[in-house]
Amino acid sequence: MKARILFLVSILVVGGLLWSGLQAVHPFGEPNAAPMDDYFIANAQSEAAANNVVTSIVFDYRGFDTLGEGAVLFTAVISVAALFRKRGQH
Amino acid sequence: MNPLSVVARTVCNLFAWFLAVFGIYVIVHGHLTPGGGFQGGAVVATFMAFLLVAHGGRKMQSWVRKELFTLMECIGLTVFISAGLLGMSNTFFFNFLAKAGGLFGSTVPLGPNPGALNTSGTIALMNLSVGLEVVGGLSMILLYMFSGVHPEEPFGREETGHDR
Repeated sequence: MKARILFLVSILVVGGLLWSGLQAVHPFGEPNAAPMDDYFIANAQSEAAANNVVTSIVFDYRGFDTLGEGAVLFTAVISVAALFRKRGQH
Repeated sequence: MNPLSVVARTVCNLFAWFLAVFGIYVIVHGHLTPGGGFQGGAVVATFMAFLLVAHGGRKMQSWVRKELFTLMECIGLTVFISAGLLGMSNTFFFNFLAKAGGLFGSTVPLGPNPGALNTSGTIALMNLSVGLEVVGGLSMILLYMFSGVHPEEPFGREETGHDR
């Protein structure tokens, strides 16, 4: 009984916190920091000659991030190769 | 892993190639349409998983070799990093091929337009290299995980082909 009351109270507290946090979220489709988005949309075609603005961000404006993703994949492959190597091979 | 029944293998033989062509399309058109190197590479690696599941690992290992995938992954990463380093006179990952005229160097008209393949400079090159890397890496993960399954254990023998 005590545990159930504690459970209900914790649900109410966490739910209330999440609900009050949801009130501060800006409405959908209206970003907080619009100038950067506007810069990408306005200049992706003239600077990077890219029709696809998302790809121009991923591979050009933030190419360093994609380099990290490639490194993560490379590390995963190396880890799997180390984990599943045949016994007796060193 | 043992091969599946003849029905599953026939369906795989028919439809796996559409998967491969679609994945290559997503990689090559990464700078024009949604998707790109990572997504298309994952689709092509799914083609490898299809072949592995339907035909069994022994046949798959007689068709392809791990060294090929190692080479693909290494070439992909090397081209990616070199394309980033070659623009170093301006900044790291500077798009030095865009609007330069040569490879992927055409300009695009401003505003909505149907798009052309020969545009967007290093973005298209990096899409291709990342696609190559993801195909090699995920296929190598599949092959290594297959070679970790020991067929002599009873767990590996439970499901056998219907026509053998």
